[in-house]
Amino acid sequence: MRNPLSNKITTIKPSGIRKFFDIVSEMEDAISLGVGEPDFDTPWHIRDEGIYSLEKGKTFYTSNAGLKELRQEICNYYGRKQGVVYNPMTETLVTVGGSEGIDLALRCMLNPGDEVIIPTPCYVSYEPCTVMADGVPVILPLKNENQFRLTPEELEGAITEKTKILILAFPNNPTGAIMEKSDLEALVPIIEKHDLMVISDEIYSELSYKSKHVSICSLPGMKERTIVINGFSKAYAMTGWRLGYALGPELVIKQMIKLHQFAIMCAPTTSQYAAIEALKNGDDDVVEMTEAYNQRRRFLMNEFKEMNLPCFEPFGAFYVFPCIKEFGMTSEEFALKFLEEEKVAVVPGTAFGDCGEGFLRISYAYSIDDLKVAIGRLKDFVEKLRAEK
Amino acid sequence: MREKILKAIEKNSRIDLKELAIMLGEEEINVVNEIAAMEAEGIICGYHTLIDWEKTSIEKVSALIEVRVTPQRGQGFDTIAERIYKYPEVNSVYLISGGYDLLVSLEGKSLKEVSNFVSDKLSTLDTVLSTATHFILKKYKDHGTVLAKKYVDERLKMTP
Repeated sequence: MRNPLSNKITTIKPSGIRKFFDIVSEMEDAISLGVGEPDFDTPWHIRDEGIYSLEKGKTFYTSNAGLKELRQEICNYYGRKQGVVYNPMTETLVTVGGSEGIDLALRCMLNPGDEVIIPTPCYVSYEPCTVMADGVPVILPLKNENQFRLTPEELEGAITEKTKILILAFPNNPTGAIMEKSDLEALVPIIEKHDLMVISDEIYSELSYKSKHVSICSLPGMKERTIVINGFSKAYAMTGWRLGYALGPELVIKQMIKLHQFAIMCAPTTSQYAAIEALKNGDDDVVEMTEAYNQRRRFLMNEFKEMNLPCFEPFGAFYVFPCIKEFGMTSEEFALKFLEEEKVAVVPGTAFGDCGEGFLRISYAYSIDDLKVAIGRLKDFVEKLRAEK
Repeated sequence: MREKILKAIEKNSRIDLKELAIMLGEEEINVVNEIAAMEAEGIICGYHTLIDWEKTSIEKVSALIEVRVTPQRGQGFDTIAERIYKYPEVNSVYLISGGYDLLVSLEGKSLKEVSNFVSDKLSTLDTVLSTATHFILKKYKDHGTVLAKKYVDERLKMTP
């Protein structure tokens, strides 16, 4: 029989998280700090709207780009938060989670051989999606001493004449790093000089604890160069609804809608109705959940300080990224040993790129009580390792 | 800061104050002082424990009683409310808008004890026009806490 697989797909490595997932799933009594989704349920009034839409028989396709009312609400939201005006008819697309938007944007903008700068550590999908879109991923390792922010020097150093796209994913998974307005402003001249496009993955935008999130699309001259990816999963605790959106210049969005039409048809109708409610009446829920995350974040930072585990203070998402280099183990070895001996699962930093070596991603999408138990075990583990040395 | 402290201790009045200060990003001494001030001002009126009596072997009956009364000249509902809340078996008394005037909640050892209270003490008060007693059969949720079901984390244990 002939090989049924494409060459491209077989070159792509499986997600680094997979191996751990299989081990953890087998361990009944293990507790986990490894999830990438909120611990809150979707607020009831949002779920209720989804249920109500089903009761009313709203079970058909929507227009390819998504319900008009939802697109309007999305544009209102970016107007309200970032002061950027998007046209709901031509510059807005409702997608199946932020993930689909990333895939579409790359596939609609890349020609074979075009380079995509991917600052790492980062979410796992940018690199494989770039490869599948015939692009060339250029991995740009960010540094702990810069709090995992992207500096203009680093960007400049990664650019070649083939560079077409820069991926910006802040607030960041897995580091929790943010880019403040001044950090972004420093990048703009370089982006303009080299005529780059930016895919700005802002899925964690609401979970910013130092200052309000600033999108690069709000900086002068950047709206035309930016595809904003966002969604409902993190801010409104709606991961399972699979709903996101893309905003950008008509030229690109038009092609993304075309591809979305052929590949997906439209995002789930029930989710779209629920999302309208989220954007209209969900601000208070977001504030409340963000405050809860922030309290846990402060709690964890203090615990790390007390156990003397170096960790830069992250101001976004719901992750902390402590450094475990002192123990002379790889991230994977550490995580595995920690899991075996203390029955707590964390994700090795290397699951998010090679430069995550020496770090762990710890999620605080857990109740304070759960965090206390898990961090207590980390404390014991760290003390044990230090005593052995 | 007050609002944040109140929100936290409303859910967990036994929270360690040092820990609370860390979580709020405040100095511990400020949190302690703020709580003391709110106690003095009567904003914080007490610290209670939420108990699911159903799970104990202790018999308890709770009831909500709607009371219609005649308000008194110059005093409105305050005097009659005071007459009612002075009974130690009464848990709470609210003045209510709508079809009746006062909502009284109370606890007793048995149905009989509660009904005796209503018929002997409450209904016989001069200004009370009528009462309607509702016995609570099951508490699903109390003070924002779900009693009927335990939280189970159904998320995948590890996701990117």
